[in-house]
Amino acid sequence: MNISVVSLELAALSIGFLIIIFGLIFPSFRSSKTGGYLAIIGLLSMLIGSFFLPASNTQTFINAFYVQDDLALFFKQLFILAAIFINAMSLHYLKPYTKNKGDYFALTFFALTGMMVMASAAEFITLYIGLELMTFTFVLLTAYKKQDLKSGEAGLKYILLSAISSGVLLYGLSLLYGLTGKLDFAGISSVFSLGATSPLVVWAIIMLLSGLGFKIALVPFHMWTPDVYEGAPTPITAFLAVGSKAAGFIAFIRVFFHVFSVYTSIFMPLLITLTVLTLLIGNLIALAQTHLKRFLAYSSIAHAGYILLGVIAYSKLGLSAILFYLMLYLFANIGAFAGVTALVINTGHDRIADLTGLWKRSPFLSVIFLISLLSLAGIPPTAGFIGKFYLFTEAIHQGYLWLAALALGMSLVAIYYYLMVLRTLLSGTNEETKSFIIPFSLRLVMIVSAGMTLVIGIWPGPFTDIALRIAQSFL
Amino acid sequence: MIGLSHYLFVAAALFCIGVYGVLTKKNAIAVVMGIEFMLNAVNINLIAFNHFMAPNHVIGQLFAIFIIGVAAAEVSLGLAIILSLYRQRHLVAIDEMDILKW
Repeated sequence: MNISVVSLELAALSIGFLIIIFGLIFPSFRSSKTGGYLAIIGLLSMLIGSFFLPASNTQTFINAFYVQDDLALFFKQLFILAAIFINAMSLHYLKPYTKNKGDYFALTFFALTGMMVMASAAEFITLYIGLELMTFTFVLLTAYKKQDLKSGEAGLKYILLSAISSGVLLYGLSLLYGLTGKLDFAGISSVFSLGATSPLVVWAIIMLLSGLGFKIALVPFHMWTPDVYEGAPTPITAFLAVGSKAAGFIAFIRVFFHVFSVYTSIFMPLLITLTVLTLLIGNLIALAQTHLKRFLAYSSIAHAGYILLGVIAYSKLGLSAILFYLMLYLFANIGAFAGVTALVINTGHDRIADLTGLWKRSPFLSVIFLISLLSLAGIPPTAGFIGKFYLFTEAIHQGYLWLAALALGMSLVAIYYYLMVLRTLLSGTNEETKSFIIPFSLRLVMIVSAGMTLVIGIWPGPFTDIALRIAQSFL
Repeated sequence: MIGLSHYLFVAAALFCIGVYGVLTKKNAIAVVMGIEFMLNAVNINLIAFNHFMAPNHVIGQLFAIFIIGVAAAEVSLGLAIILSLYRQRHLVAIDEMDILKW
């Protein structure tokens, strides 16, 4: 028993419950923003505390079913950072939609706990519980705008589709259990390394791939993404795009780098097919979008495709490229969604056409959009370029030249549609000339995320060093 | 003599019925029932494997209990959202929920 391993999870849970209990004792607390400030302070102290936690492969909890290695700690810090941003974004966004803000802030903590459990799980029951805790909380948060028609519909689509995908995932897990008699990652991979391939392994791999692929929105399993992204409250969309996807990737990394390391010849062709589909469909459908949030949803599907190049490369450098890309993807996406939040607060809509003439109405917001979208497109002064460069070169090093060429071609398509959005923003005139009011907390989120995007882009050294150190400690 | 393969066959059949229900039913509540079929197929699988292959450890049964608990939460969450949509728009048919598309 080593309590320090679960200290971050315990902290997140207790702050979440504290916010709910305060809300029950003081009715005014539920309707005010105080819960949000409490949440942000709690998250900031968790983030600072997480840097003092010891991390190594020997830091385990309950029979090594729960590990706190460098990789887990890195992902937890990523999740906490995302949670800070989305809570700050929600402070002003929520006002027109609900009276009960307190519950919303508490729910973000439960989603955070689920993600952190996924990051540390070294066994499938724990992984499943973390996954479902995250998903259920996200469903509640997606359907949080009760009066909004889109929000409820998105919530229903999310719960039904995620329940189906977790049913498939569980069937795959039950086959895996039948084959090996174990459910912990180390035990299963040790049975596999004895070398008894059964055709059922292929089925188990396909089912696990589809269950986890749903969470990171790979293409045949991406159907929920645009609908849920559009219907959910905008800060929650940002949390889904950043947190839920990163949590899916840590599970993906642990399962495919660890459990199935013997069967690379079986899952690699499947993974390559899914990556090609994801890159093609994500980028091509994004061209036709008219809503900003749907547009960003398809762009996030495409980004899952780029990140999978790192998994396909299947090497230390590939893993470090994934970690680095997730870091910059967080800042770029938070910047873009904070921009959408400001747009929704001021105009009530989130169509791309609403951006027309934004340059004259709010130069500040336009600059934020410019930096974030250029980083997502991968254009040099921003971080996105360096992230894509690392991913593609590592894929080429491992002999996937054609795949890297396809990804490069698709990112040229991506540059086209990001620039189309930016053109709408910079040119044209709008009859509406009222300047934008951007609340202080939202402004701070935008400045920090855009600033970090530029800092990583201009001075990537320290960040790639961190990613490489963590990748080396894992593989 | 009833062996492991019988249980696995029943579970696979149940899973397929669940998938069929999920894919074809128009009523949201029927879809939730299909999901329950899928999850219970998994439970049968887990307990059968546990009984026939590794009877000394109860990991499979433990997992089944966790799945039952999570499935209950899943269904209550799904029904709650269906209910709130019904109050809002008076519909439970999935193919009529088409505000969000493309």
